[in-house]
Amino acid sequence: MSEQDVARTGKKRRQSPLGAGTPMCAGCGGLQALHQIYDLVGDKTVFVNAAGCMTLLSIYPFTPFPGSWLYTAMACAPAGAQGVRDALDVLLSKGRIRPEQDQLPVVLTGDGSAYGMGLSATSAAIDRGLDFLYICYDNEGYGNTGHQYSAATPTGARTATSRVDGYSGVKKDLFTIWSAHRPAYVATAIGTEPADLARKVKKALSLRGPRLLLVLAPCPTGWGFEPARMVEIGKLAVRTGIWPLKEYSDGIVRHTMVPSKRVAVEDYLHLQGRFRHLFVPVRNDDKLAALQLQVDDYWSHID
Amino acid sequence: MRKLLTGNSAAAWGARLAEVDYLPVFPITPQTEIIETLAEWVDRSELDARLTTLESEHSMVTAAGAAAATGVRVFTATSSQGLLYAMEMLYNLAGWRTPLVLVNVSRGLSAPITLEPDHNDVLAARDSGFLQLHCATCQEVLDGVLLGYRLAEDMRVRLPVLVNLDGFYLSFTREPVIIPTQDQVRAFLPPFDPGRNRFRGGEPVSQAVAVLGGGTYSYFRYQAHLAALEAKKVFQEISADFKTHFGRAFDAIETYRCEDADILFVMMGSFATKAREAVDRLRDDGRKVGLLRPRLLRPFPSQAFVRLLSGRAGVAVIDQNLSTGLGGVLYTELAAALYPLQRRPVLVSYVGGLGGRDITAGEFYAMVEEVRQAVTTGRVPPPRLLFTESEMQSVRGLQRIAGGKGRDA
Repeated sequence: MSEQDVARTGKKRRQSPLGAGTPMCAGCGGLQALHQIYDLVGDKTVFVNAAGCMTLLSIYPFTPFPGSWLYTAMACAPAGAQGVRDALDVLLSKGRIRPEQDQLPVVLTGDGSAYGMGLSATSAAIDRGLDFLYICYDNEGYGNTGHQYSAATPTGARTATSRVDGYSGVKKDLFTIWSAHRPAYVATAIGTEPADLARKVKKALSLRGPRLLLVLAPCPTGWGFEPARMVEIGKLAVRTGIWPLKEYSDGIVRHTMVPSKRVAVEDYLHLQGRFRHLFVPVRNDDKLAALQLQVDDYWSHID
Repeated sequence: MRKLLTGNSAAAWGARLAEVDYLPVFPITPQTEIIETLAEWVDRSELDARLTTLESEHSMVTAAGAAAATGVRVFTATSSQGLLYAMEMLYNLAGWRTPLVLVNVSRGLSAPITLEPDHNDVLAARDSGFLQLHCATCQEVLDGVLLGYRLAEDMRVRLPVLVNLDGFYLSFTREPVIIPTQDQVRAFLPPFDPGRNRFRGGEPVSQAVAVLGGGTYSYFRYQAHLAALEAKKVFQEISADFKTHFGRAFDAIETYRCEDADILFVMMGSFATKAREAVDRLRDDGRKVGLLRPRLLRPFPSQAFVRLLSGRAGVAVIDQNLSTGLGGVLYTELAAALYPLQRRPVLVSYVGGLGGRDITAGEFYAMVEEVRQAVTTGRVPPPRLLFTESEMQSVRGLQRIAGGKGRDA
């Protein structure tokens, strides 16, 4: 049914392939992105999941996925995808399934798995040229356990394990780490820029080999903002230049949305509870300037 | 065909004859020869399977389970640290109810790191939901892999099976092995039936999903346990069928010269062949002794042990493992199985063979003597850790060197 049909009847609302009624938090930026991605990848997929928030999407006997699902463990979803892909290849080559019964293995993990425990398995899956799609929803902390800091947490963010001065480390550059393996495709994305996200998913689907999407997932509960502001915060992540939208293929990194005039970083920070300590009770100009400098420094190297 | 094969090579032959589809692998001593052998057969197109080298045993077992969940016959192998590294996924695969065979080549666990065998690695997996077969000869390794697939894939069971052999003592020992023909094996082991373990486009299925609440969790855990208990009966059927097809027995418990024996050794794995030799010498001497060797450890053949040990005077349980702070694992399991009996045999616990330490003929004779005294006096000695005065002297010598006092020694 086309959008036009929907408009004409005025009765049936457009049904997303991914079902509703999941236990994700209101305003989950990860789920927003997953809806958009699922619209394009469709149900001829096996979603291979690692421990994280989205493990709770499929709770016996319910699932929002019209396609298939396999939960593995926190460290090894790419290895699960390898097993599924290899088995499907065996079944195809031995004629035990028909070509139209083939499916795409899609790894779905949070940043806790992607940036840390699962990085070895991801690296090796890329080494092996595994034909799969990897979706990381990056909410910049171990969200499902109450938002402790992870390797994806940005400098200064308060988390459940950095409650006083905020995270002292630097957000790991997973895009560059993934790209250094020279897979078929890597992209950053965000659900609040759906056209950019859709183009990247389509590009990924047009290729074969390892294809990885790193999706920033604004997280109301972990970051401390009202669910209604999720889209605004996501858009600011891009407009401030904090979350550069880019892609890698054939050895080249290309920025897909360069903000013509970057909004000040603090406009993004002050909306979030995790950065409130930079503004009250006393404004911390040094730290705010340092965070702005991090972003300016990044973009000064981009043509 | 009769051929001299190492235990590792026999394991590879088992996988080949089972016509496995998928081989996720990762090297580790002393298992590596298995995957090298299989890789060569795949490269030479003698085995129509896909082999993928993963980057760890954790990933290897994940890929194995995921492939079995997709619907192919899977074989994999590891040892020791590798089995422990994969432990999280062993529990998962059992919970996924994916039937496959994993060969473990036993090796003592670190620390201190070592290469030679004992059973702490495989016993760490005893509660995982993998069924366990323990081998003492290279022939049993080949046979165990074939039996393992029949058992794992049986619709009443649907659990993964671990086939264990001892590193070095069996993995690298050449013995004559009867290699059955492919047709013989096909008659015994039907083609893989994925059952409900399948991913197919157009037939969406969710596997390994989360549950909320202890009731649902308990239900699925009990299901796996009941299937494992059911596997005792299924194993009996399959081992009888195995004998029909191949003329070799593969009973849950091997009995050796037990008919009129009043004192029995109980032990697992290739070191039991040392006990067998001791039984022969003691029999020559007129002693009524025998040997029980469980091949099936999970499910635990409690009733068979009760039947075989009822009315005996004494038992020496020799554990090639050590549950730190408790003692021998087989001893405690056997004691639990025999507890309901009105007249139980005297059970004496021995721990030996750790890290490949030899158990000598003299030690076996001494054990029988000690058990006999316990039977006569009714006083059961505390568990023994086998270790000789000369071994202590040897360690003291090493300690002097380590302490920089070697010259004084």
